[in-house]
This record gives sequence, C-alpha cells and structure tokens, in this order.
Amino acid sequence: MALPDSPRTAVSNPPTQGFIENLGPGDVIKRSATTRLPPPQRELTPVAKLIDVSKCIGCKACQSACVEWNDTHPAIEDNVGVYTNPHDLTSEMFTLMRFAEWDNPDTGNLEWLIRKDGCMHCAEPGCLEACPSPGAIVQYSNGIVDFNHDNCIGCGYCIKGCPFDIPRVSKTDHKAYKCTLCSDRVAVGQGPACAKACPTKAITFGTKEDMKALAAERVVDLKSRGYENAGLYDPEGVGGTHVMYVLHHADKPHIYSDLADKPKVSPVVHAWKGVTKTAGLAAVSLAAVAALAHGLFARANKVTAEDDAHAREFLDGNEPGGRP
Amino acid sequence: MTNSWTDIRNTDLAVVMGGNAAEAHPCGFKWVVEAKAHRGARLIVIDPRYTRTASVSDLYLPIRQGTDIAFLLGVIKYCIDNNKVQWEYVKNFTNAALIVKEGFSYQDGLFNGYDEQARKYDTSEWDYEIGPDGFAKVDMTLQDPRCVWNLLKEHVAIYTPEFVERICGTPRAKFLQATQMMAETSSPTKAMTSMYALGWTQHSKGSQNIRTMAMLQLILGNIGIRGGGMNALRGHSNIQGLTDVGLMSELMPGYLNMPHDNEVDLKTYLSTRQFKPLRPNQTSYWQNYPKFFVSLQKALFGAAATKDNDWAYDYIPKLDKPMYDVLQTFELMHQGKVTGYFCQGFNPLLAFPNREKITQSLSKLKWLVTMDPLDTETSRFWENHGDYNDVDTASIQTEVIQLPTTCFAEEEGSLTNSGRWLQWHWPGGTPPGEARHDNWIMAQIFLRLRDLYRKEGGAYADPILNLTWDYANPNEPTAAELAKEINGKALADLHDPKDKSKVVAKAGQQVLNFSQLADDGTTACGCWIYSGCFNEAGNNMARRDNTDADELGTYAGWTWSWPLNRRIIYNRASADLQGKPWDPSRKIIEWDGSKWVGGDVPDIAPTAKPEEVGPFIMNAEGTARLFARGLMKEGPFPVHYEPFESPIANPVNPKIRGNPAARVFADDLAQFATSEEFPYAATSYRLTEQFHYWTKHDRVNAVLQPEFFVEISEELAKEKNIPLGGWVRVWSKRGSVKAKAVVTKRIKPMVCDGKTVHVVGIPLHWGFTGVARKGFGPNSLTPFVGDANSQTPEFKAFLVNIEPTTAPEGK
Repeated sequence: MALPDSPRTAVSNPPTQGFIENLGPGDVIKRSATTRLPPPQRELTPVAKLIDVSKCIGCKACQSACVEWNDTHPAIEDNVGVYTNPHDLTSEMFTLMRFAEWDNPDTGNLEWLIRKDGCMHCAEPGCLEACPSPGAIVQYSNGIVDFNHDNCIGCGYCIKGCPFDIPRVSKTDHKAYKCTLCSDRVAVGQGPACAKACPTKAITFGTKEDMKALAAERVVDLKSRGYENAGLYDPEGVGGTHVMYVLHHADKPHIYSDLADKPKVSPVVHAWKGVTKTAGLAAVSLAAVAALAHGLFARANKVTAEDDAHAREFLDGNEPGGRP
Repeated sequence: MTNSWTDIRNTDLAVVMGGNAAEAHPCGFKWVVEAKAHRGARLIVIDPRYTRTASVSDLYLPIRQGTDIAFLLGVIKYCIDNNKVQWEYVKNFTNAALIVKEGFSYQDGLFNGYDEQARKYDTSEWDYEIGPDGFAKVDMTLQDPRCVWNLLKEHVAIYTPEFVERICGTPRAKFLQATQMMAETSSPTKAMTSMYALGWTQHSKGSQNIRTMAMLQLILGNIGIRGGGMNALRGHSNIQGLTDVGLMSELMPGYLNMPHDNEVDLKTYLSTRQFKPLRPNQTSYWQNYPKFFVSLQKALFGAAATKDNDWAYDYIPKLDKPMYDVLQTFELMHQGKVTGYFCQGFNPLLAFPNREKITQSLSKLKWLVTMDPLDTETSRFWENHGDYNDVDTASIQTEVIQLPTTCFAEEEGSLTNSGRWLQWHWPGGTPPGEARHDNWIMAQIFLRLRDLYRKEGGAYADPILNLTWDYANPNEPTAAELAKEINGKALADLHDPKDKSKVVAKAGQQVLNFSQLADDGTTACGCWIYSGCFNEAGNNMARRDNTDADELGTYAGWTWSWPLNRRIIYNRASADLQGKPWDPSRKIIEWDGSKWVGGDVPDIAPTAKPEEVGPFIMNAEGTARLFARGLMKEGPFPVHYEPFESPIANPVNPKIRGNPAARVFADDLAQFATSEEFPYAATSYRLTEQFHYWTKHDRVNAVLQPEFFVEISEELAKEKNIPLGGWVRVWSKRGSVKAKAVVTKRIKPMVCDGKTVHVVGIPLHWGFTGVARKGFGPNSLTPFVGDANSQTPEFKAFLVNIEPTTAPEGK
C-alpha cells in the first residue's frame, strides 16, 4: 500500500505511521504576489480540521496546546467579565474559544455557544490574495494556508483581506501571525496540536472528505435531538474551508460570536491581486506600494469605479500593524 | 466509582448532578460525549448554574444549592407512585423486604433517639427485627407495614413535585421532564449513570446527597450493570488512592478502621467487626476482617507482631474522638492545643473554610513544615500582601520550614483514578533545584526519629523501633518496593485450603491476591484491597494492553483495578435471580449452570449459586440498603435539611437549622449568618482552565483564566448596579473578598418558598503566590462546618452580601 500523504484519521490522536514528508516548495499551489509559480510536483489530498461545536465543552485545551506547540507567549490579561481569554486573537494566540450566551427564542432555553475561533484555511484565501509581499503567504495543495515570516513585511493587508478577521501583526517583530493548521506537524503525519489535545474529539482532523462524512453523521445525531437546522459550515463564498464547523444552528452562524453568515473575499482584494501580479512589488517599500497601488487602481481599466472607491477606503484606513 | 470512566460510554442516560464533569473532569467527560455520539445517550444536568456540562446537555434544570435530597426524594416518590421500579431487583437485591424494629420512627424531620444538646442520635433502634433463627425478618410480598419498602414509601410521601419546586426552585415542568427520563431506566434494558463530585460532598449532609441517588439507582436497577452505577468523580489525581490506603484519621489501609480507646485489646476490637450474616447463605465478606488486619500488622511490624502480643495491636494509636479531620485539627490548633503541623501536599490557607480562623490557627503554631513542589500560600501565610493577605508579620512567631518536593511528573509510582484503576507512571523529567521525592524526605525524618528514640529512649518507643524498614536503600524506598509491600507476601509456605499438599505460594513470594491472606501471621499485606497489584506476575499496574475484548468497555488488560482487577463492582447484580443478564446486550457476567463467567471478574464467589447468594457481598444482608440501619449519623433515610446558612427556613420543619447531626464547634456557630443579614446564596466551584491552587503558578493556565471573579445574574447586577467586569466586594459573616464581576445569563434568580433567591458563584483558583493575577478564594467566606459523616466542609452553600467597589490594595 502506498504511504499516505496526509494524516487520514477521524480521531484526534493519530498513531505515528509511515508517511511521505510533504509541504515542501513543490507542494505550493498559490504564493502571494507571485505570477510565475512553477506547477506543483504532485497533488496532495485535501485535509480539513472539523470543529464540532456541539461536542465542545470550552475547556481551552486547544488554546493551551496551541501556545505550547507554537511556543508563543500571550500576555496575562485582566478579567473583563467574560470567559474569553485572552480577549481577542493576538500575534501570540492563534486560536481562541469565544463564548456566547444565546436565548433560543424557539425553545425558551439558554444555550452557551462556544466556538473555537482561528484561521479557516479558505480554499480562496483573501489574506494571500491581499498580500503584497511575494511568498509571505502560501497555499499548499492539501489546502493549508501558511505564513512565511521571513517574507512578511508587516503591512497588515492580510487582515483586511481576511473575511474572518483572523491574522494579527506582532508589535514586537511587526510580522503577521495566525494558525498554521500545524503545517509543521501535518507535514510529518501528525494532526494539529489542538486536535490532539481536545478531550472530547470536538476537534478532529483528516482528509476533507472524511471530515465531511463525519460531520454528516453528527448532523443526523443533532437533528435527532431537535436541532432541525444543524449542519456543516464550509462556506462557498471562500471556495470552502479547510477548517469547518458542525453547528447546531447552521442557519444562523452569527449567533456563534459573530461567525460570518456568508463570508466572501472582497472584490477589492481580487482586484488588488490582479495588480500585484503585473507590478512585481516585492522590493518596494510599503509607502511606495500604497502610492503605486493607488495610482494603478485609479487608471486600471479592469477596475470599476465602485472597486476603486473600496480600494481607497481599504488602503487609506489601514495602518501597518493596526486593526479595524 | 462503581464502574469506570470507559464504561460511561455504555450508558443511555447520564445525569450530572452535584458535579460539573465537563468543567472539572474534561478528559473523563469524553466518555459521556462518546455515549451521546454513538449510542444516542441523553445528558441531564441539574445545577444552580448553567455550566460547561450544561452547554452540551439535552436538558438543563436549575436547582438551589443544598436541596438535592428533596429533588431526588421527589424522583423516588414519582417512581414509586408510577410503578417505575425494577421490582425483581428491588425485592431480591435490596433490603426493601426486611422488617425494621418497632422502635424506629420519624416525624417532622427528626428520627427517634435524637439528643439535641449533643447533636447526636441513639441509633440502636435503627435496625432489623431479628427472628428466632438469628436472621433478619423478611416479607418478600412487601405487605408488612414495617418492611423497609413501606417505611420508605411513607417517608418520601411529602416530596411531591410542588414541594420539590418550593424547596429547590426547579420549575415543576422541568422536574417532571427529567424525572420521567430517569424513571424510564427502570426498564431492565435501560441504564442511567450518576456522575457527581464535590457538588454533593461539600455539604453538611453530603453523604446523604450521594445516598439518595444511590437509593434511586437501586430502585431503577441501575447498580452493577454496564452504563449504570454511582460514579464519584474524584477531584484530585490520586485522591481515590488516598482514601484506599487509609490516609484519613479514622481509617487504616483498605477501609479497615482505627481502634477507639475503649477497644482495649484485639479481641474487643474485632468483636464489633465480625459481620455475622444477617440472612441465610450470605457471603458477608467482611468476615475476613481479621485476615486483612493481621496481615497489615505483619506488614507494618514484621516479626515484632506475634500472636502473643495480639499482632502488635498496642502499637496502633487509639482514637479518643470519632476522627481528627482537618476541621477538628484546626479547631484544636485554634485553641492552642496543636503546636506543630506537617503540611504535605496541602494548602489549607486556601483549601479549608473560614480563612481568618486558619490564619489565626497557623499563627499560634510553634512550627509549620510544608512539603510541596510549589510556593503555597500556606507556607507564606505570615507574609503581608496588602488586601490579599493582610497579616501583621511581626506579630507571627511561627517558624516555617519549606521542604521542596518533586511533582507527579518527576516521580515513579501509581495513581489511582476515579474508576479504581491503579495506573503506573514513570518520571517525565528531572526535579529542579533542591526538590526531593516525598519518599526520601519521609525516610530521612523517620530514620532520624528512630535514631533519637534509640539513643534517648522515650515514651513507648516500640512502634517506632519495630517498624518494618527493609528497603534496599533505607534512605529512599522505591515506589516498586512500596507497591510490593502493599500487595503482600507469604511469610511461610501457603497451602491450598482444599488440598493441603499443594503449595500456592512459597515463603517470601508475593501473594497472588487477598484470597491468600491469613489471620495466623503467615502473610503480610499493606493494603488488602490493592493485593494483586504487584504479584509474582509482575507489576500489573504497568500493563498497557488497550484491547477492549468484546467491546465491553472494561479494558481488562490496561493497568489494574481494585479489587482483583474487577472493573464493575456489584456486577453480579447485572444478572437476574437465575444468573441471566437482565439485558442480553449489556452482558458482563452470567451463571453457566456451575459457575460465573464473563468479561469481568465476578463480584461474587465463582461458584456461589445465583438463587442463594445475594450480590452485595460486603453487606451482611447480601443486599444493598435502602434503609441504612445505624450507619449514617443523621438517619437511615435521607431528609431534606437546609444548609447551615440558607436563604429560607427548612420547609420540612422550620425549627431545624442545618443537619441536626452535624458537628458544630461553639465559636463557629456564632459565626453562622441569617438571610436577613446576608441575603444571597453563594456557592463555590472549579474552572476548567485551572486546577486548584497549582496551575496559577503556570503561565499558560494564567493566560487562559487570569483573574479572580464572581458570577452573578443580570438581574442581581441590575439591582446592585454592578457593571460587567466591574469590581465587587463580596462578604460573609467571616470575611470579605474583592473580585471582578462576570454578569451572566447562566445564573438566574430562583423562587424558593415564595422568596426570590439570587445565586453568587465563586470560583476557587486564586491566591497571592504564582503568576496569575492576585486574588482570593471562596474559603475566606465559607462556614467552618462539615458533613456529619465525613466532615467534608460545606463549601457549596453559604450566605453572602455583594456591592460594587474599587480595586483591592496591592493589586
């Protein structure tokens, strides 16, 4: 039997197995601000992390494992009256349990909706499309979207490009950070650290196909418990995602701490991407990028007036390292 | 646990009441999630707060803290009234049919024999009528008005859904919905598991909370079966091991108990521990008590324990009080009668109630030794930390000696989990700095003490001088040596009782298990229930075969479970009177016509005939007990008693305050508040992100839950003008704390006895050492009183007041 190219398991703790090491340069299918990308040497099986919100108990073991595996140092903050700690994603905290108290109007019962927030690893990644720095963001053929910090210029466009408001720029090294889907673990046949730490298998990892099948089983169980709108969150607007949710109320993603109902990459970002392809902006300074971009957008015949307005807003309101 | 963590996946209905398994036991809780995902099991959570466990439940019910008995007696009444009883089980496997003495009676919250002054009962009438044959009288038709079943029926009659709602604040419709779900498991083919923890134990009637659910589980026929049982989720890694090896003032290893000072010799001591069967043919396994006791004495004192000196019975200290629990010890310390204190792996300044009293007590000591891997608050009790520890350091003369120890991950040994599995582990790191293993420290202290006794003599030095200490390195006994000592060995050749020519263990060999123990000095065993853990087959606790034969969920090859590697205790009760499983799909053991066989070690003699020998072999009746005889301090049936500090008077009898049989020290009684002074009902609990007072020393945990807070409802916040995340002061009659306010929908006011009751939730993980933000614990506020039977402090129900305030000094 051929060795697998991705950890294929519906459980959180795959045994070490014979494995083709991957996620090298030959597995890259998209590269930020790069036009002449050599074709990938092979096609890896798409992977996905499935986060079953209905099985999640909000223990934050995933956050703990993320901090330990990635060796980050989030700040010890104050309590501000909620269970969500730290209070937001940071350049040191790539994943975050967000807690929402929701009164279900249909049943009259309270529901405590706990969602693990973090990078969704979109098939059409807005961050990568928005990124002006060649090779700072790559997408592998298994679907993982990864940041290469050596190439990151800290402009923060990835945050603007992200329909889920995920990346954060470090105040220390001025580089953008987010969940890597543990590409360093996946490359050697291990699932992500969060999935390994999850005590209830609310987080599982495997091929996207397997994860969708697992989600389908979960949806049947949830429907049997009266959650008529239970379903899988794998939004089409970003081409599907490699991090998916099982939601009890898939018709209302926003009740889960403002999960986007219909996420999509802004048309401005698409336009911007087109520009970078021809401009080759890697070597120029940020200010020059912005100025040049403005000029290019203004005269580009491919860009509509509306897109232009968005572009101005997008670029003008964006300080390096800042957040909306 | 009667069952194991892994067995919970076999349940149809998990009831989490008196606990918050997802929050406090997230790894074990996976088995509930498994049962839900793969069996379609349902989960009911009953708690004053909508918890993390509730967040994945099918049904959540609010309940006022301290009213669980009323709720559960209401469920029992429902089952009796609606014929939701597994009759064959109840008639044959419980004492429902046994006849109770005429002298036993109950009225308005009190049983016969109560002495109000002493807060004690005369329990002599709380027993069975004994017939001329010397056995308890029985009426298998359940017609006799004095049989346990009819007394129980009468006892629970007042606990109607209306009365339950009035006491508990649980909406009647939800109570009935949950009750119906539980009652359905009276079917022989349905199982319900009860998962509980300190939410039941930390009450002045904690033991009766648990007993009431155990009674319900018996009525439903859910004890001894896969997916059923009474499952105590232990709050510390190895707290199960602590009780098993007898680290309680009134216990000896394996639930033998300490002699009292009126038990002047071994004969007298054993005379009340004979456990003569109360029904014909019954096993009454405690009849083996002398074997276990003598073998323990041989393990402790070796050749110095002889038949002629009553197996060194005089070496064992005798109790002059029922027990020297922590509350009693600190009471004596407070009175100046305890002047030195050894604190090993324990942080009483945060872990025991009425912190002001704890501080005063520690300040009266001449010396305090702490043995801990962390810099605990107790070892720094004398240090001023502003509002967080406002002591006058100069006035404290206690000499404190801190001995740094290793932590669990730096040690080899076994930890006993909630499911009674002894799991061997190996060190994962080397100890830092001067940290030493507890074994080394204890050995050093012992060897030095023994030397002093040898050189200088002393009052009755014999037990110290004769203590067995034959370890390869006397300075540091190894975990394996101690485990082998606990397992026990033959001191002479042991013969098969059926064939005396056959030697089953040669002198010096490890015994196979406790079945080989003898009361004639030929065996030594440190803890009989652990016997079998490390025998001639090797260290069974180190086994790591995770095969799940027949998918029973027992994992018999994984580590070792006491007793005898049995995974479900009382498993004989999983089969009917003929020995056939009640539910073929839930088979665990069965009678094959000549012996018991199956996937678990039978909890009955292998050839005991099913029609003759009852499943509850540790009880002299052979049955489980719906009526506890004289074994519970506050009565043979549970009664609803309010907490000592309660927002309402007891609707059962307003004159009774708290548990009438709970021990209360005079000074503490004066410090109990009324609801006029302190209007809000407080409770305390753990959070997933932290473990007790340890993990605030760890940076990652401190990030995940950084700062002390209290939780209140939106309604109370509005009434008191408290903003989300604002500072509040919470105070009781014993102390005051400052915290951040978490204002939540997960706590809602309840109406009890016509009065609105607001709940204030107080988590327990903060102090003034470590890397998390400085904070307080609920023990600054809680009353100094414990459960009448176990003396576990009443941390779960007390009264406070609350107001907005400013940040503490020293933040």
